[in-house]
Amino acid sequence: MKKHITDFKIVKKKVYNATYFALTLQHPSTLPEIEAGQFVEVEIPGNKHVMLRRPISIHDVDSEKSQLTLLVQVVGKGTKTLSQMEEGETLNLVYPLGRGFSQEGKEVLLVGGGAGIAPMLHLSKCLSAKGTHCTILLGGRSATMIPVQEEFRPYGDVYFATEDGSLGEKGLVTQHSVFGAEYDHIYTCGPTPMMKAVARHAMEKGIECEVSLENMMACGVGACLCCVVDSDEGHKCVCKDGPVFNAKRLTNWIKK
Amino acid sequence: MLQTKIHNITLKNPVMTASGTFGYGEEFADFVDLNKLGGIVVKGTTGDRRQGNPYPRMAETPSGMLNAVGLQNVGVETFCKDVYHRIKDLDTNIIVNVSGSSIEEYCKTAAMIDKLDKIPAIELNISCPNVKKGGMGFGTDPAMAAQVVSEVRKIYHKTLIVKLTPNVTSVVEIAKAVEGAGADSVSLINTMLGMAIDVEKQRPYLSTITGGLSGPAVKPVAVRMVWQVAHAVSIPVIGLGGIASAADALEFLMAGAKAIQVGTANFIDPSITMKIIDGLEDYCKRHSINDINDIIGII
Repeated sequence: MKKHITDFKIVKKKVYNATYFALTLQHPSTLPEIEAGQFVEVEIPGNKHVMLRRPISIHDVDSEKSQLTLLVQVVGKGTKTLSQMEEGETLNLVYPLGRGFSQEGKEVLLVGGGAGIAPMLHLSKCLSAKGTHCTILLGGRSATMIPVQEEFRPYGDVYFATEDGSLGEKGLVTQHSVFGAEYDHIYTCGPTPMMKAVARHAMEKGIECEVSLENMMACGVGACLCCVVDSDEGHKCVCKDGPVFNAKRLTNWIKK
Repeated sequence: MLQTKIHNITLKNPVMTASGTFGYGEEFADFVDLNKLGGIVVKGTTGDRRQGNPYPRMAETPSGMLNAVGLQNVGVETFCKDVYHRIKDLDTNIIVNVSGSSIEEYCKTAAMIDKLDKIPAIELNISCPNVKKGGMGFGTDPAMAAQVVSEVRKIYHKTLIVKLTPNVTSVVEIAKAVEGAGADSVSLINTMLGMAIDVEKQRPYLSTITGGLSGPAVKPVAVRMVWQVAHAVSIPVIGLGGIASAADALEFLMAGAKAIQVGTANFIDPSITMKIIDGLEDYCKRHSINDINDIIGII
């Protein structure tokens, strides 16, 4: 899949709360094909303390309008600067990067936690378009930490788990009543302990499981070797060999 | 207009890519016409496959970054059998960065690369700060630097570039020692040893505690060292360290570098090398320079 470097225009900014915001970006001509689970490297303009691009997963793709949406959690200097950008401004992206989700399975579970909800929207769209039945389970500390909720409804059965019980069932996603049901494939993205717990469950039950990792990166294209995960085949670049890995390749990582 | 020479290698232009920042070139093929580059220095290659250091290996710092990759690479055998055949027909100079923990390892790797027709040079890395054994150890002592270079010189017959570390009191002394031991060229600078601490977590950012600093933060140090070395040795100097624009490249050329390497900037703009080449051409036109060599070492 060819990678591009392109200036996008911010056509819509949606601020959910102090932690989460979304930017919808307009491609100048025709947006190339993007797999669910791929990511972009965004140049952060106007902050002299931020030199490197920031990897952000692709939340939504609108091929007809040639737009893509990034759902961003403010975690540091780079994302803070990004949160201060406004509609009409330009963002330079290197994209689409990495390997996305396989989109296999007929009866699938999507588990998104916190910022890990981001790639699940495009994934659920792609899967439901193929006729796959999706159970979508989204988790967070509280309702406000699950910024995107209703948008998922057209693509599957949506459930929530919050630690304070402010939305859906109280507790972790792995304690939710739909978590243990029968699925032939599980897709997950979110905090590392959550993904490991999901992957352990899947492996115990013999369910195919794909996890989407989020390591610190520099280049995004597999050159600098900074973002490696300790896979069963040695160090693999999250940016190029991932960010999506089949959990079977990460048994060392899951055990840790 | 931009053609330059390093020993007996002709470069279309002085712009090369720095080892460890450009993979094997293939990673950048969507962004860069690889055949337009003066040269590509591929990933540091060792006698055996290496896993490198544990994650985290990178930290962003003001105008720069620290890395502690630790020479993760496929090893020289896989390079020769596999990688070489994928990249050998590129119309540019493909140079292999040869790294190691012992003189034997450097020699083994260099001897195997010597047999590859389409590799006109090696860059002997005696300056990696991120490996426990060897690496920078060879590059900080003039006698040891000379010894490893003279041993490799015995078995390597093509252009031998030696990459120098800035983590020394006198880079000139090391440069003269490797020149005396038979190096055909020197490249400098490798990364500067650095460290950064996450005060919230109260621990270092890197798994190895210390790492190598690169990016614009190191550029003035690199320009100074290139200038000092270029005046002290008669072999060609290749300059690198924080180059992110044609103006940066010109600083190194004027300080005495016959060619330059672009490193960390590739991570920020994967097409930056093309912009630098275009910028050099534009500069020559604006200043009516017919031959880039006319401004090399004018300072």
